[in-house]
Amino acid sequence: MSDPILRLEGVHTDIAQYHILQGVDLEVPRGAVTMLLGRNGVGKTTTLRTAIGHWGTRAGRILFDGEDVTATKTADRARMGIGYVPEDMGIFSDLTVEENMTLAAVSGPLVPARRDWIFGAFPPLRTFWKSPAGTLSGGQKQMLSIARAMAEERRLYLIDEPTKGLAPAIVSTMAGALRELKTQGASILLVEQNFAVAKALGDHAAVMDDGRIVWTGPMSELATDAGLQERLMGLSMEAT
Amino acid sequence: MLMTLISGDRPRSRVLTLILLAIFLGLLFAPFLFPGVRSLETAARISVFILLAASYDLLLGYTGVVSFAHTMFFGMGAYGVGLASQQMGRGFGALIVGSLAGAALAAAFAFVIALFSLRVRAIFFAMITLAVASAVAVLVSQLSQITGGEDGFTFQIPRALGPANRMGVFMGVSITGKILNYYLIFFMSLALFLLLLRIVNSPFGRVLQAIRENDFRAEAIGYRVVRYRTVATCISAAVAAMAGSLFALWLRYVGPDTTLSFEIMLDLLLIVVIGGMGTMWGAAIGATLMVLAQTYLQDLMGSAAEATEALPLLSRLLDPDRWLLWLGVLFILSVYFFPTGIVGRLRGGH
Repeated sequence: MSDPILRLEGVHTDIAQYHILQGVDLEVPRGAVTMLLGRNGVGKTTTLRTAIGHWGTRAGRILFDGEDVTATKTADRARMGIGYVPEDMGIFSDLTVEENMTLAAVSGPLVPARRDWIFGAFPPLRTFWKSPAGTLSGGQKQMLSIARAMAEERRLYLIDEPTKGLAPAIVSTMAGALRELKTQGASILLVEQNFAVAKALGDHAAVMDDGRIVWTGPMSELATDAGLQERLMGLSMEAT
Repeated sequence: MLMTLISGDRPRSRVLTLILLAIFLGLLFAPFLFPGVRSLETAARISVFILLAASYDLLLGYTGVVSFAHTMFFGMGAYGVGLASQQMGRGFGALIVGSLAGAALAAAFAFVIALFSLRVRAIFFAMITLAVASAVAVLVSQLSQITGGEDGFTFQIPRALGPANRMGVFMGVSITGKILNYYLIFFMSLALFLLLLRIVNSPFGRVLQAIRENDFRAEAIGYRVVRYRTVATCISAAVAAMAGSLFALWLRYVGPDTTLSFEIMLDLLLIVVIGGMGTMWGAAIGATLMVLAQTYLQDLMGSAAEATEALPLLSRLLDPDRWLLWLGVLFILSVYFFPTGIVGRLRGGH
């Protein structure tokens, strides 16, 4: 793979006394959606959090667009163009939807065309624009969480389980928005448990087990090979 | 015009608006509505404590940082004015130099404390502020040649602000320098309160609220949390020092009990919690209630004890000497019934 937007080289991450990432090697190609898959607790969320800088690395390097950002602070990584959508949404409940979005546009005012595009992808946000974000439903909060990352054009999106616990109709809206982002040529690293969504969106896939990447390849290959799925994820599950 | 003044931060409750209006008008016309030394004293104290509580709420309510050094910053402003007036002689120049020096020193102290502690975890900030505030209080007591030690010291303020400056009678009230002094304190407190209101309703204030709610998320969006917390701490400290300067100007005295004591710190915490954290209006209501209770609860209880003389147990319970007990009971009840503070309750019920 040439010139990836994000590269993790032998990354080890500890959380308290636990050694979670045990030498992650991962390349996220430019202008494509890379699915990060694996059963629960293998280190997918930690990989994303390490990439944004929430967890420091014990060893290894993180290269963003060719630049070593291993020691770069989270805020600076964000300002370099990494948009992060956490698993727990992390919206600011006391602020309005508008204030949440305005805050997310760190490099200047929220561009009206961008805002309208977001309204097109997530119509409820237009309806509740002036409402406190805390009053939104779970699905709407997730929409806001993703919309915040989209408030400005990012060079890379790190998105953690955007469809988790959502009703099928909302999952479909969410998948539509991510597809829209994909057609714009965005680079996305996406953790997703919903295999149907992963199959529909993913260009590439990386499968994790025990804090390491154990397989990488085209998503189409993984999606069509039941034996491979069984071997990578089913067998891993049995192993625990 | 009004919306611009209050930075668009509407009270969002009719009852709250009426209460705030009553507080504002009560303070604005205090010398005429409630003539007398004690009521003017109370009004001045309310004005200063509204500002002090608002500056503390910027830190606690808006940024989510717990500090126990706020009275230290308050004291820096007070001692700044006191020492400047002592050294430079009475005059407005000494007041300006003293209050600016106090504010600058408070901001510098806050910066150093924040730099060492906020970088790690917010809880360390609380612990370090407690240690530094205690150390400074001891230092002030020990440096008696400069600070007057435990006794503090009195100083002279400009003649124009003294009671001897008589300027005639207006609406049946004798206008003296004391009333001028009151208005100086009231309008300065009001101006600084409106400045704080502007700050919390600015984009900077929104980032502070975001940090309070989820600091990692704010960082992941691109805001340097430590930098924002540090700036908020410095602003808060500088405004607290200005409040201290105004308080010293009113008392014409500075001492550890009136500016540096831990009791004032506890009062501040109660004011912010009772009024409602994360809202400047809460500071206004909380401070007014607290000062009124501290000033008049004893009198009220004295009257109640007299009225219930026939019931010995009740009369004894209402003895004015037990005012602190009832103040405590009132606070427990208010926290129980208004967990989000009075402002939160009024807004929620609207």
